[in-house]
Amino acid sequence: MYPELGQMALILALLLAALLSVVPLVGSVTGREQLQAFARPLTAGLFVFVALAFALLTHAFMTDDFSVAYVANNSNSLLPWYFKFSAVWGGHEGSLVLWILMLAGWALAVAVFSKQLPTVMVAQVLSVMGMVTVGFLLFTVLTSNPFDRILPNIPQDGADLNPLLQDFGLIIHPPMLYMGYVGFSVAFAFAIAALINGRLDAAWARWSRPWTTAAWAFLSLGIALGSWWAYYELGWGGWWFWDPVENASLLPWLSGTALIHSLAVTEKRGVFKSWTVLLAIVTFSLSLLGTFLVRSGVLTSVHSFASDPERGTFLLALLAITIVSSLALYAFRAPVVHSRARYAGLSREVFLLTNNVLLVASTLLVLVGTLYPLVLDYLDMGRLSIGEPFFNLTFSPLAVAAGLLMGAGIFSRWKNTDGGWLGRKLLWPLAISTVFTAAVMVVYGEFKPWAFAGTFSASWIVVATFWDIWEKSASRKGRVHGLRRQTRSYYGMVMGHLGMAIVMAGATIASNYGLERDVRMSPGDQAEIGGGYQAVFTEIGNRRGANFTAEYGRFEILDADGRLVSVQYPEKRQYLVQRSVMTEAGIDGGLFRDVFIAVGERVSDDAWAIRLQYKPLVRWLWLGSIFMAIGGFLAISDRRYRLKIKAEKPAKQSAVDGTDASRTPAGVTS
Amino acid sequence: MKRLLMFLPVVAVIVLGVILFAGIGKDPNNLESALIGKPVPSFSLADLREADKQLDSELFKGQVSLLNVWGTWCPACRDEHDDLLWLAEEKGVRIVGLNYKDDREEALNWLSTLGDPYAVNVYDPRGSLGFDLGVYGAPETYFIDAGGIVRYRHVGVVNEQVWDEKFKPLMDRYGEAG
Repeated sequence: MYPELGQMALILALLLAALLSVVPLVGSVTGREQLQAFARPLTAGLFVFVALAFALLTHAFMTDDFSVAYVANNSNSLLPWYFKFSAVWGGHEGSLVLWILMLAGWALAVAVFSKQLPTVMVAQVLSVMGMVTVGFLLFTVLTSNPFDRILPNIPQDGADLNPLLQDFGLIIHPPMLYMGYVGFSVAFAFAIAALINGRLDAAWARWSRPWTTAAWAFLSLGIALGSWWAYYELGWGGWWFWDPVENASLLPWLSGTALIHSLAVTEKRGVFKSWTVLLAIVTFSLSLLGTFLVRSGVLTSVHSFASDPERGTFLLALLAITIVSSLALYAFRAPVVHSRARYAGLSREVFLLTNNVLLVASTLLVLVGTLYPLVLDYLDMGRLSIGEPFFNLTFSPLAVAAGLLMGAGIFSRWKNTDGGWLGRKLLWPLAISTVFTAAVMVVYGEFKPWAFAGTFSASWIVVATFWDIWEKSASRKGRVHGLRRQTRSYYGMVMGHLGMAIVMAGATIASNYGLERDVRMSPGDQAEIGGGYQAVFTEIGNRRGANFTAEYGRFEILDADGRLVSVQYPEKRQYLVQRSVMTEAGIDGGLFRDVFIAVGERVSDDAWAIRLQYKPLVRWLWLGSIFMAIGGFLAISDRRYRLKIKAEKPAKQSAVDGTDASRTPAGVTS
Repeated sequence: MKRLLMFLPVVAVIVLGVILFAGIGKDPNNLESALIGKPVPSFSLADLREADKQLDSELFKGQVSLLNVWGTWCPACRDEHDDLLWLAEEKGVRIVGLNYKDDREEALNWLSTLGDPYAVNVYDPRGSLGFDLGVYGAPETYFIDAGGIVRYRHVGVVNEQVWDEKFKPLMDRYGEAG
């Protein structure tokens, strides 16, 4: 009976979402406050019913209710409880419910943390989010019902969760990623509301900012987790494959990064409004596109859910309605007049604009690379895919350029920056980074142009950032006082930029100086890994896990002096239910290098193909992402977002006019 | 004029939408092999039964064959096995097996218990020929004409229906020429 209740809850949620998308909006257009006031309770109700549906689906998994088709297809009684739990979002239907749960959660958060917003704005924002929810709930109920039953012949046991997904990474990667994807719906809803109102002002930008930053931080974490998971679970030792679905998550991240920066300009200086609102729409549209690409089966990828033309068509229609209508609204309503604010050629505005150009260029690049196969196919030019070389070749220069700009941009000022002054400021960071980068080349023993460019760019950001902190924190009351005086959003920016530098350094060094060898080894053999490390294959054995059997190798990793560094047990698992084989790598991780061993095929009676890898700085990729996310959360916790709740209550009207933003101290940056 | 420019994003999205719409329902796995119309890539691999015997692409010269990619680790290959036996015995089709990323002992064991539909089996434990062929996963079946030219690639299980719809016409066309 529980699954039927779950389905009921989904349908009730759909009804509430339909009401939410109409009633408050009508209230806001007709000016009837009592209708607008429905926004918050309807949102709460929507969340409750979606959460109930999610809980009931989880219940079905936990109790091994294989009469539910989705459970039977994605779980098995042998599965440990935590994988039964994560299997809830291991397939198409369940992950869609998770998606909707996040959407309802974000809407609820807006409803709760919007005390300072004008009622009209809240009504419209929640209405727009209601519309998005209606679309996805309809999609779920009509094409992808997770509660469908297999009756009367209930399967004895389930088909098991895909072994690739039986991993800690899967428990947290999709929720984080969806938090990010779906979080951009808030920025989208604010943009649509502002377009409806015609109130694209600094106040709008300021309200959107914390939400956008939060979504961006979640997405950064989600992508990093995905990359980490691919690194150790897929057994290939790579960390980014330019796979269509990876790209689909990178797209909203890139345009979202552009959006956070352009929101900053719109808030502080009241310019780039049309651009910012367009970015908000585009960012969420790219999130939707990602969802479509994964679920429609138009592209092949490790992530794809089973493809189904009916679902694909439905989703595409949903996408078309959402994106075309919002862009049409944009085309009619966005202001075309130039804002009056003036800024000179070397102002912070221009630096941020250039940053936006680079980010949007890289977004387009990834978009083109991802969709190129589809376009070719459409033009009847055959199916093929663009590989890594295209992306590496075109993406790297943009990343390096963005890094250089980031370092210089930290010193720039609003309105105008004196070129000579800026040049003198940059002299020392330039010298220090050059020397440092040269030293890095010496340490790794080989000069490579791209390695130099990437390392230089990364250290340039770091040096410039610390230089800026040093100068800003100069105070007569002492350094500590000076450091304390800086706002949290400033530190948020610092963390975000340092995180970016760390990621760049990791990506550059790992891909330029990493070593990878495929060797044939028998127990007793010793082979060189690279970076001075040796691997000794001591024995091979078998073990049984809960739902798999494994053949494992025992490897001793020795350093250059022959001392034992660690012992690794990489294994090849055979999952019993799906009969699929999975590679579990043995990784000796460290801050400055990873040593990676994977057991491959058996080449002869006593020899195996072994993959040995030496990956310098590879952890920095994920470390840097964590920095970025922390930076995002720091920026949201800035005082001015909390303070205004009290400060603006009496001055609600002025906030709407946007006069409020001009009162923000000019020194505040982010 | 500036207002018109604002419509650019909508136009771009509609164009993209049309392309995406065309992509729905096409199976992305239905990749046309880059090899169609080209000879089987050259290889030199051991025979599954006789480890000392080396096989190469001469194997496909002289008569029409199916090249079937399989492995004991692949449940779908088990499903397909009976159909392959039927093809070999009833239809007299020459099937060359590519034992892909598998274990020799297990593979031989499989053939002795389930029956052997293959004229000969190429043993490819590291997947090198599979790589050159662009194999996505097992099972896959290639139609190769008497000149050793790849004519068709089928991803997934071959059964009676697939045979009638896909392979039979090819057999009629290339079979006589050989």
